[in-house]
Formats: sequence, structure tokens, C-alpha cells
Amino acid sequence: MNKSIVQFQNVSYRYDENSPLALKNVQFSVYEGEWLAIVGHNGSGKSTIAKLMNGLLFPEVGSVYINDINLSDDTVWDIRDMVGMVFQNPDNQFVGTTVQDDVAFGLENHGIPREEMVVRVQDALEKVNMGEFLDQEPHHLSGGQKQRVAIASVLALRPRIIILDEATSMLDPRGRNEVLETIRQLKQEDNITIISITHDLEEAARADRIMIMNQGEVFHTGNPTDIFALDEKLVELGLDIPFTHKLAKQLIKHGFGIDDSMLQEDKLVDYLWKLQQKI
Amino acid sequence: MEITTKNLAYTYQANTPFEHRAIYDINVSIASNSYTAIIGHTGSGKSTLLQHLNGLLQPTAGEIQIGDTIISSEKKQKKLREIRRRVGIVFQFPEHQLFEETVEKDICFGPMNFGVPMEEAKKKAKEVILQVGLSEDILEKSPFDLSGGQMRRVAIAGVLAMNPNVLVLDEPTAGLDPRGRTEIMTMFDKLRKEQGISIVLVTHSMEDASLYADHIIVMHKGTVYKQGTPHDIFSNPKELIDLGLDVPETVRFQLKLEEKIGKRIADPSLSLQDLVKNIQHFFERGNGL
Ligand SMILES: Nc1ncnc2c1ncn2[C@@H]1O[C@H](COP(=O)(O)OP(=O)(O)OP(=O)(O)O)[C@@H](O)[C@H]1O
Ligand SMILES: Nc1ncnc2c1ncn2[C@@H]1O[C@H](COP(=O)(O)OP(=O)(O)OP(=O)(O)O)[C@@H](O)[C@H]1O
Ligand SMILES: [Mg+2]
Ligand SMILES: [Mg+2]
Repeated sequence: MNKSIVQFQNVSYRYDENSPLALKNVQFSVYEGEWLAIVGHNGSGKSTIAKLMNGLLFPEVGSVYINDINLSDDTVWDIRDMVGMVFQNPDNQFVGTTVQDDVAFGLENHGIPREEMVVRVQDALEKVNMGEFLDQEPHHLSGGQKQRVAIASVLALRPRIIILDEATSMLDPRGRNEVLETIRQLKQEDNITIISITHDLEEAARADRIMIMNQGEVFHTGNPTDIFALDEKLVELGLDIPFTHKLAKQLIKHGFGIDDSMLQEDKLVDYLWKLQQKI
Repeated sequence: MEITTKNLAYTYQANTPFEHRAIYDINVSIASNSYTAIIGHTGSGKSTLLQHLNGLLQPTAGEIQIGDTIISSEKKQKKLREIRRRVGIVFQFPEHQLFEETVEKDICFGPMNFGVPMEEAKKKAKEVILQVGLSEDILEKSPFDLSGGQMRRVAIAGVLAMNPNVLVLDEPTAGLDPRGRTEIMTMFDKLRKEQGISIVLVTHSMEDASLYADHIIVMHKGTVYKQGTPHDIFSNPKELIDLGLDVPETVRFQLKLEEKIGKRIADPSLSLQDLVKNIQHFFERGNGL
């Protein structure tokens, strides 16, 4: 196994003294070059975890380590250099008056030389298909265009760890696919670690591992197959089961002899096809 | 209440160097008590069109009739207040419609603005907060101290509190967990059936469009590419995929199965129940089992 690049050790957090714990004893690791998806019901603590990974919040109890550095007031800037984050609402993230300024902003702060900056900005915007909107004001974009620019800003920085907090929730189906594919490539080529917080099962299914949050606690972590095998338990947690599982269940109820090895789309199609050929 | 557009167009920052034509030649009709879904790729003009439905934007060409009121590019309407009450919009980003110190004040703002007494508005706030799956204690919180999905639910509650005749929803389930998604979509559907309101839903979920809508409008590059029933729209998957869209997973699965078997099974299945029934019938008709 690769080295762990993010580590939460018994982390608890509450937003203020009178409110209940938003995170309780959270413990997990993310390995370098891995893609971890975090899923869980609304208010289960996913965004709180994200904010603790780049020092927007600090643990009340326990410790957060990023690349073996303990998150604290003293280390927060080193940590932010390593962790790029795309927020749930891109509007909160825009600082520039044009799309290209906005993407360039973070690079300027990191002292990237001008020539390289221009290349990186162009490249990042093209990766998300926003190369034609360089001079548009970010606030004057459609919802999905805003999300694309927010993603480009983080891509341009080329951080070691990218956190996507429901960053593709407003993209059309093809757009979402393209962006996720771009991210997968980055992970592959540059060994970047991806943490994506999502309510979309198809997005979660692309990850190496999925972590389920429930009421501020880690409920379970496993690879997508393990997680989807939780089946009805997922529904109890406010989540969903994949379409092919639902379909298979219904078909079994109607007398089709489907077993656990046929729970993928291709296999289910194959089974029905063979059944049809027997006649 | 009926809404109809005639050659409606909107250009942002018209007559400036930044001029941008977002939508044009829009001719659509939202019948009373109907359920319309608007689908289309990023930037195709869905949100721009929605903002005309309650007079937030004034067309730069053509016109829109909302109930008895006509808003055209030539003359600015003054009676927009009544329209704003009757047509409630949930915006794409919930933050854009939350502004009060507490969730309760935020939800009460709309009704009180239209003359509902405070006590009654507070009662309504309790009712709608439960309707969107939150508990009453959230009423005391600041809307900005909530999780993304909780914020989304509060924004929806605020619009429900106005008892609108037309509910306009711009990707209302983005950010909701799967259970919340189903609950809220079921709630909207029930509202339409029981209270006779109409619903206009912008969504990237082809499943929701096919399950709930009776009319689908496909937007492409600023204009209406096609409109019809879910059956009309999803019978031609290739066309939708070319537009950057998708078909519901039930339709996609059926298509894959039909390609493999080399036979048509049935009309496109628009729900899981349909798909199961269609597969079952196919096998019963002497195709095995
Ligand atoms: N700024 C804040 N101040 C006070 N409480 C907060 C704040 N942000 C979140 N909370 C609370 O902390 C808990 C966890 O919130 P968090 O944003 O981490 O949830 P989440 O899993 O990201 O949910 P969602 O899927 O809705 O985005 C929730 O109960 C929420 O109300
Ligand atoms: N305030 C604005 N000023 C200038 N142009 C704008 C403004 N808002 C949107 N646009 C442009 O108008 C076009 C249509 O935008 P609109 O927001 O209606 O798209 P949409 O279909 O809702 O997209 P999405 O699915 O991404 O939300 C886009 O190209 C967008 O860049
Ligand atoms: Mg969140
Ligand atoms: Mg939009």
C-alpha cells in the first residue's frame, strides 16, 4: 500500500459550544495517489471533514496530518499549498473579475512566473471546456459554467491533493463524465490524491474506496463493490443502491434466477440474453 | 395559471461590448396544473428562461404572458408583485435566496411581505420546515450555519411558505442526499396532484424528468430544440446523447438489452416498474422463462 497522505486521528469537532458534535471520533487515512469518495446523508459531516483537511477549521479533539505534517496555526499555509479544494457553491470561491484572472489568482499567490501562469491558466480552462470564456465575469456564468471554472482554478494549481465537495453537482451528464475523466487522468499521470464528496453513486463508483459518513461518524469504508453489497443498509442510511441492484431485485421477485454474480449491467444483460436464447 | 411565451429572447448586457444572447425564439406554454421538465446542457439557457416566469428578467425581444399579465420587451410591467406571489422560484444556488439572521425569519419574510400576520407566518414556517425533512430546532439557526443540503431545503421551504400557484425549481435536488431527493420530488408531485399547482423543473436527472413530468422541453444553445411527452423525448436516445444529455437508466438498460438480443422488447421504459413489467411480458410472450 502507498503511504498515507491524509490522516485523521480521533478527530472531533463542533461549530460552537452549544451545538452537538459535527464530527465524532473520526479516524481514517487516505493513501497517496488514491481516489476516495465520501458519501453520507445531509449534515453527516462531509464538508466539515473537507474544511479540516485544508485548515479552514481545526480539530477540537484529535489531530489531522497532511503528508505527515500536523495541522496547526503554524503549519496551515504549508498544508494549503498541498491541498486544493473546490467548494459546494462556486460563488464563494471567485475572487477575480474575469474567468482568467480568477484562475490566475491562486497561481500569483504561489509566485508562479508570468509565462508559466498564462500557459497553466489556458490549459486548465481548456481541460474543463471553458477556454472560450476567458474574459467573462465569473458571476455572469451559468451554474454549470461556474462549477467548471472553480474546478479549473484548482487544476491550475496542481496541488498534491484535490478535494471536490459536490463540485460536479450542476454539470450536465456529459459534462460530468468529461470532468471526472479529466480528474481520473490527472490522478493516473501525476499521482494526485483525489477526495470527492458526492451524492452521486456513479461518481462514487469511480473511486478506489468509498467512505460512508453517518451522523458525524465514519460508518464504513470499503471498495465500491463492498459498499454496494451493503444494499438495504445504504437505504437506511439515507443513501441509495445502484440501479442494476434494484432491477435485479425486482426481477428476482418475478421469478428470474439471478444471483449476486450478475449485479453489473453487462452481466445482467448477458443473463437475460442467454435466457432468451434457450427458447 | 397559464404561462405562455411568444418569440421570447434575452440578451445579457445588451448594447455593450459584453452583449451575450442567452436565449432566443422561445415559444413554450406551461398549462395550469401541468408538470414541465426543462433539460439541456450547461449554458443552454434554462436558468435565463426560468427567471422570466415570474418577471425577474424582462425579455429583450418577444413577450411572456403570465396569467393575465403580459410582459414584453417594449413595455415594463408594474404589477409584478402579484406575479411574484403566485410564481415561486427556487434558485439554482440556495445561497442566493437566503439572507435573514435565522431560518425562521427567512421563511417568514415572504409571507409577511405579502401581508400575512407574524403568528400565522411562524405557524407556516413550522409546517414547511417539516415538509422539507428538517426538524423544528433548525428554525433558530442562521441559514448560513447549515450544511449544503440543509440550506437547499430551507430555500425550498421559503418558497413553499408562499403557497404559490406555480412552483419553478432550478435543479432543486442538487446537494440533497438520495433519500431527501426522493422525498422532496415526491412532495412536489403530491402538491401538484392535491393542490392543483403547476411545476416547472430544471434538472440534469433524466430519471426525474421521465418519472414526474408530463411535458419535457429540451433546450440547446439558447433555444428550444424539441418538446413533447417523456415518451416522445426519450424514444430517440442517440439524439439526446449527441446534445450532451442522457436517457434515463431504465431506457439505457432496455436499449442495451434490445441490442444484445436483436429484438425490440417494448416502448422505452420510463420507470423501474415499467422496465420490469416489460421484461417480464417479453419473456412470457413465448420468449422463454
Ligand atoms: N458554519 C456552521 N455553523 C454551525 N453549524 C454548522 C456549520 N456548518 C455546518 N454545520 C452543522 O454541522 C453538521 C455537519 O455539517 P456538514 O456541512 O459537514 O454536512 P455535510 O455532510 O457536508 O452535509 P451536506 O450533504 O448537506 O452538504 C450539520 O448538522 C450542520 O448543520
Ligand atoms: N448574468 C449574466 N451575464 C452575462 N451572461 C450570462 C449571465 N448569466 C448567464 N449568462 C450566459 O447565458 C448563457 C445561458 O445561461 P443560463 O444560466 O441560462 O444557462 P443554464 O442552461 O441554466 O446552464 P446550467 O445548466 O449550467 O445552469 C450562458 O452562456 C451564460 O454564460
Ligand atoms: Mg456538505
Ligand atoms: Mg442554470
